[in-house]
Amino acid sequence: MKISGAEAVIRCLLAEGVDLVYGYPGGAIMPVYDELYKFQDQLHHVLVRHEQGATHAAQGYARATGKVGVAIATSGPGATNLVTGIADAQIDSTPMVCITGQVGKHLLGSDAFQETDIIGISTPVTKWNYQVTEASEIPEIIAKAFYIARSGRPGPVLIDITKNAQFDEFEFSYEKCSGIRSYIPVPKLKLDKVAEAAALINSAKKPFIVFGQGIILGQAEEQLKAFIEKSGIPAGWTILGLSALPTDHPLNVGMLGMHGNYGPNMLTNECDVLIALGMRFDDRVTGNLKTYAKQAKVIHFEIDPAEIDKNVKTEVAVLGDVKEALNALLPLIDAKSHDLWHNEFKELHKIEVESVINEELNPTNGKGISMGETMEMINKHSKGDAIIVSDVGQHQMFACRYAKFNSTKSNITSGGLGTMGFALPAAIGAKMGRPDREVVAIIGDGGFQMTIQELGTIFQTKVPVKIVILNNEFLGMVRQWQELFFDNRYASTNMINPNFVAIAEGYYIKSKKVTQRDDLDAAVAEMMASKDSYFLEVMVEKENNVFPMIPTGACVSEIRLS
Amino acid sequence: MEDKTFTISVYSENNVGLLNRISGIFLKRHINILSLNVSESEIENVSRFIIVVDTTEKWVKNIVGQIEKQIEVIKAFYHTDEETIYLENALFKIASSLLFDEKQIQNIIKESQATIVTVSRDFFVISKSGRRSEIEELYAKFKPYGIMQFVRSGRISVSKEKMEISTLLETFK
Repeated sequence: MKISGAEAVIRCLLAEGVDLVYGYPGGAIMPVYDELYKFQDQLHHVLVRHEQGATHAAQGYARATGKVGVAIATSGPGATNLVTGIADAQIDSTPMVCITGQVGKHLLGSDAFQETDIIGISTPVTKWNYQVTEASEIPEIIAKAFYIARSGRPGPVLIDITKNAQFDEFEFSYEKCSGIRSYIPVPKLKLDKVAEAAALINSAKKPFIVFGQGIILGQAEEQLKAFIEKSGIPAGWTILGLSALPTDHPLNVGMLGMHGNYGPNMLTNECDVLIALGMRFDDRVTGNLKTYAKQAKVIHFEIDPAEIDKNVKTEVAVLGDVKEALNALLPLIDAKSHDLWHNEFKELHKIEVESVINEELNPTNGKGISMGETMEMINKHSKGDAIIVSDVGQHQMFACRYAKFNSTKSNITSGGLGTMGFALPAAIGAKMGRPDREVVAIIGDGGFQMTIQELGTIFQTKVPVKIVILNNEFLGMVRQWQELFFDNRYASTNMINPNFVAIAEGYYIKSKKVTQRDDLDAAVAEMMASKDSYFLEVMVEKENNVFPMIPTGACVSEIRLS
Repeated sequence: MEDKTFTISVYSENNVGLLNRISGIFLKRHINILSLNVSESEIENVSRFIIVVDTTEKWVKNIVGQIEKQIEVIKAFYHTDEETIYLENALFKIASSLLFDEKQIQNIIKESQATIVTVSRDFFVISKSGRRSEIEELYAKFKPYGIMQFVRSGRISVSKEKMEISTLLETFK
């Protein structure tokens, strides 16, 4: 059967199980859009308001479902607008396939209208990219794109398709990719390494588990829980690992890193064996590497060989699939409890509760609403069952610190890249991927205005996401640093904001603004009960700080409570 | 950790864009590439990059890890100078008149074991293969007489030890 390259793109997407794509049309991708029109009953296309929104929506979809997110854009500015989302997906290991249109092959290099070298531009931020210039290449390349995006350590792939390749016809057939000779997605697990790890874990007096998103990407949540429960080892998490273990699990000792909890940070420098599971020792987690867990023997369970010893020297590296590794480890682990050691976490947590958390959740001295108590109110009404999508900044740290989660893939945030503007479109993708779940976006007044136009997408698609703006009329995290490290010089961090409720209402989204603490409960209840999308603006205390805090370059055990 | 000269060898598929992808890994780390050579390897359709950098062993490990992670890279290695046999090639274009007017030039060519590639009415071209220092020495000797053009290739090298790639590549044949 001879079909056009553009039709082949759609048939390939369908063959990969894609039923939802995000995108924005334009000249060089029009043949593909023409086919999207014809296939609209099988492949749903969501028109975003800016291509960056398409990538974040695809990311939100991928993070909530574990499937590959897809974004489509035209050449030139359409393609360059994808770059932020691609970079975000690369550093946060999110499976995503981006398809861009390109000028015809005969025009390549001629500076044609909307021509840009998106292959060159996207190379450093993609797991793989490829420019298709012949229609007949399309099936093999798209098959490879999906295989690469989802296998091993996932990541974004960009496929650039010249216009002639979209128009030209060829004999179509599709075969899924099952391997690439130069690519080993998952290193083969070495059982002797697992045994070494087990011996070290069994001999440890003060073992500590730190886990990251690898647990979620490797679908090893049950194995993690079983490992923790059998070994009795306390476990802390990175913000991308959050929700892999229920927040109320007795051995969940909280968040690691710069604004993490007191106990897990302090005791990172007390433990004798540090067991890292699917995490990459990001600088926001480790603080100063020269003083990070130097007393501990480090065991690193990791899928990506390039991460071993990259930041922290390991004693035992267990390369491979984390689920398979934990399954192999579990029978070798002694059933134990580490009550005395676990108590050290609890004691430090008490200190944090008394000096930070109580005040955050119940502000005194006539202070305005806090971000923490807003999160607590959302917990009350979500009962920990919502997907929380946070943006970047203070509110993100409050969301990660205070949100309750019962199930996995529930915390969606921009971790490594720290992309303001991520949450609103990501929430759209998360809700479309998981329509059965409540999705609440937590966004600051700064980040909201970076992708505010996606309210249009929410209006048009009627996707029932809940949007909470924590408005302190500041770029709060930068302001906090200015207060602490730049002598209160608030350079360009105060925001004169528009009437957000009027804007949301302009998009016909039900809206409410809360300025008084007494109104918060009812407003959150109304939002959570709403069947439609809902916009809730909460005016919060303007100059609140996120604590605890490990200042940049400081040691994890130098964590400050105020 | 102090800087040392490392030779990075990369075996890869022969695809458009891979050079950009690999050079970007150095760019991201603000590391200057001293020399770069790309050619076919001992296996058909498999390219071999030889990249020379001055950096620390910690960085070179990191870089090789990142290179090897690229989808189309089959395997990457790094070696110190002691672990490889390496050389570069240089071409010198010199005015023909000097060959007759300056007798010393002939001696220099003989002593340095350089070869004359071509001679024409106006110029002659000398080729010299060897270590960087040997080429630099020859350059210094020619310099006073005037060099019309000079070019030096990137380093090419083979490892003294057998690379585990050989068996891996066998499966590709």
